[in-house]
Amino acid sequence: MTDPVYAVDPPSVRLAVPLDALIAVYHRPSGATHLLAAPSPELLDALADGPADAASLRDRLAAHYDLNGEDDAVGAIAARMEELVAAGLAWRA
Amino acid sequence: MSHAARLLVAALRDPTSVATLGADDWTALLTAARAERLIGTLAHRLDTRAVPPGVARILADAAEGAAQERRAALWEAEMARRALAPLGVPVVLLKGTAFVAAGLDAGQGRSIGDLDILVPRADLPAVEAALLDAGWEWVKDDAYDDAYYRRWMHELPPLIHRDRDRMIDVHHTILPPTARPTPDAAALLADAVPLGNGLSILSPADMIVHAAVHLFGDGDLAGGLRNLWDIDRLLREYDGTDFWAALAARAGHHQLRREVGRAVRLAHDLYATPIPPNWRVRRGADALYRRRLVARDGWGRQPYPFTRLGFYVRSHWLRMPPAMLARHLWVKARRAR
Amino acid sequence: MRHSHALRIGPVGFRVGSTWRAPITALRGLYAGYPTLKAEVPDLTVRLYPERPWRRWLRPSVAIGGDFWLPDAAPLPLAQGLLAAEMGMNLQVALGWRRHLLLHCSAVERDGRVLLMSGASGSGKSTLATLLALAGWRFLGDEFAFVALDDGAIHPFPRAASLKNEAVAAVRAAGGMVGPVLAGTPKGTIGYWRPPETAISRMTDAAPPKLLLFPRFGEPERVETMAPSETFVRLTQASTNYVTLGQTGFSALTRLVQTVPALAIGYPDSAAGLALVERLWSAA
Repeated sequence: MTDPVYAVDPPSVRLAVPLDALIAVYHRPSGATHLLAAPSPELLDALADGPADAASLRDRLAAHYDLNGEDDAVGAIAARMEELVAAGLAWRA
Repeated sequence: MSHAARLLVAALRDPTSVATLGADDWTALLTAARAERLIGTLAHRLDTRAVPPGVARILADAAEGAAQERRAALWEAEMARRALAPLGVPVVLLKGTAFVAAGLDAGQGRSIGDLDILVPRADLPAVEAALLDAGWEWVKDDAYDDAYYRRWMHELPPLIHRDRDRMIDVHHTILPPTARPTPDAAALLADAVPLGNGLSILSPADMIVHAAVHLFGDGDLAGGLRNLWDIDRLLREYDGTDFWAALAARAGHHQLRREVGRAVRLAHDLYATPIPPNWRVRRGADALYRRRLVARDGWGRQPYPFTRLGFYVRSHWLRMPPAMLARHLWVKARRAR
Repeated sequence: MRHSHALRIGPVGFRVGSTWRAPITALRGLYAGYPTLKAEVPDLTVRLYPERPWRRWLRPSVAIGGDFWLPDAAPLPLAQGLLAAEMGMNLQVALGWRRHLLLHCSAVERDGRVLLMSGASGSGKSTLATLLALAGWRFLGDEFAFVALDDGAIHPFPRAASLKNEAVAAVRAAGGMVGPVLAGTPKGTIGYWRPPETAISRMTDAAPPKLLLFPRFGEPERVETMAPSETFVRLTQASTNYVTLGQTGFSALTRLVQTVPALAIGYPDSAAGLALVERLWSAA
């Protein structure tokens, strides 16, 4: 089985307000509010460039962030993405 | 007809009729509209610049409330679509969600509660499993109700989503198998109109048939003015020479000619829906239905309790043969004590 | 309906109808001096009616209904008809109001700025607001704070405060007039405290919030700063209409938690609570 490919709505449907370590995100299509911690907002932003699987997402994030210390970045990204899917902020394309 | 209900029907039918209303009439009209869940529709229908400021504020609230319900309904449909997409089964949206998803006039300002979908009966177990897997949970944990639904109803027991707190009713047809008329569920699915996103809506004629069933079949004509308004809007939108013949044929095919005919006549009666001359055959019982539909008073109450009881029994009659009805009412009564 | 009264409290025009005379008489008494609606359309309707026709006379029990509806609002005995009217008004606002973000908070004002106090029943938020009003603060409300959606100002909703159990004695000891008092309600003994005339005459004067407290009565004194995200989550839970307001509610609430400092406080008794609030207010 191939790794799931994730997709998100365009950034314009989300309203993000940083509160402290957490970011409050209002998602217009659902009317739901989410409190997100890093790296979830970064993952949503990275997916604005188009659908991707966890490995491609790691590569996209690596272009902007230092991921050297991460042992299993792909596994962590996949876990965060599944949470975002359950929350309705992303889906398996 | 109660004064408040008359004001409401007149305002929907002819928005200029509100021009002369004083504060007391406005109060009665708005209260009745809220009680009938037609306030969002009214807000959409009236020109809020031409009403008193206090009324305009209430209508603006109602319009925003309806917009929020629309968004929530479309999102629930999308969530169900995502949950069911891997199954590859047809999923048909019903009632209010279908109206707004398809951009029909009947959806303008409409209040929408639960998500109702129609799927093939053979796929019910897979659909149920997929929904449970995606976070929906049983509402009732009562064994009698559960067995009752599964044996006799046209839908799964209601499910509610644990995070979003929204209900979904999964139907496999539009009337319980116990009801005397037996609609052709396979034909409903076969002729459904795809929306292009993996979801469908009923064909125009089937949508009217279902709206008529909903008007007479679901609990003592409660919310009847709203359901009849749906029918008015749908008939106006689908009006055309071929349509009426198709509707007659379809109603006959589903064994619901009587219900559809009455719904069409009532819409014509109350909302001046344009209907062809051959649909205007009056039936004696129409007046009784009409009286029941317009019983809401200016405090939002429904008088005529004896008419109500009659309709409660009658609406069960449409869905259940007498012996089964007696058993059901007996179990309900025992539990109520 | 047979008996009715229509009045304005802050931004809300209410119409209360009743099958019985007594609840309306009590309501008129408690709210004498509040503006009544004349040739105005009320925003919200409350109905007090017998659940079954014979319940009008036989062990009369008052069911609570209105424009917006909850399936499990239990009826009350006729002797508690005023409570039924009050609960009905609360319920209609909680379920139906969309013109402000509603927070389950008490609110008082001094020097043009508002103190908000949020907490569950028993936290002491009503008692503190009442005692502060007796000490010269302007009373804006003990049940709901109405947060303006455009500028975040707090609009008064100066209903009579409903004081529970020991709070009745505490307010009387501070010189407040409490009455009527209803014993044996589902919430225990409830006494109504009528706000001072300035609270009523200035019921349309809004003011911006300065400080948000989450009080806990009967605990050792403590003060803890709350993170904005924690405040945000608690206030979404303390709001009856946050979800239905959608993006406007989100914007109003994020602005509030970003601009207003929030503290969780414990206090052992009313005197200590008042002193603590005064101290924190001066420092804020």
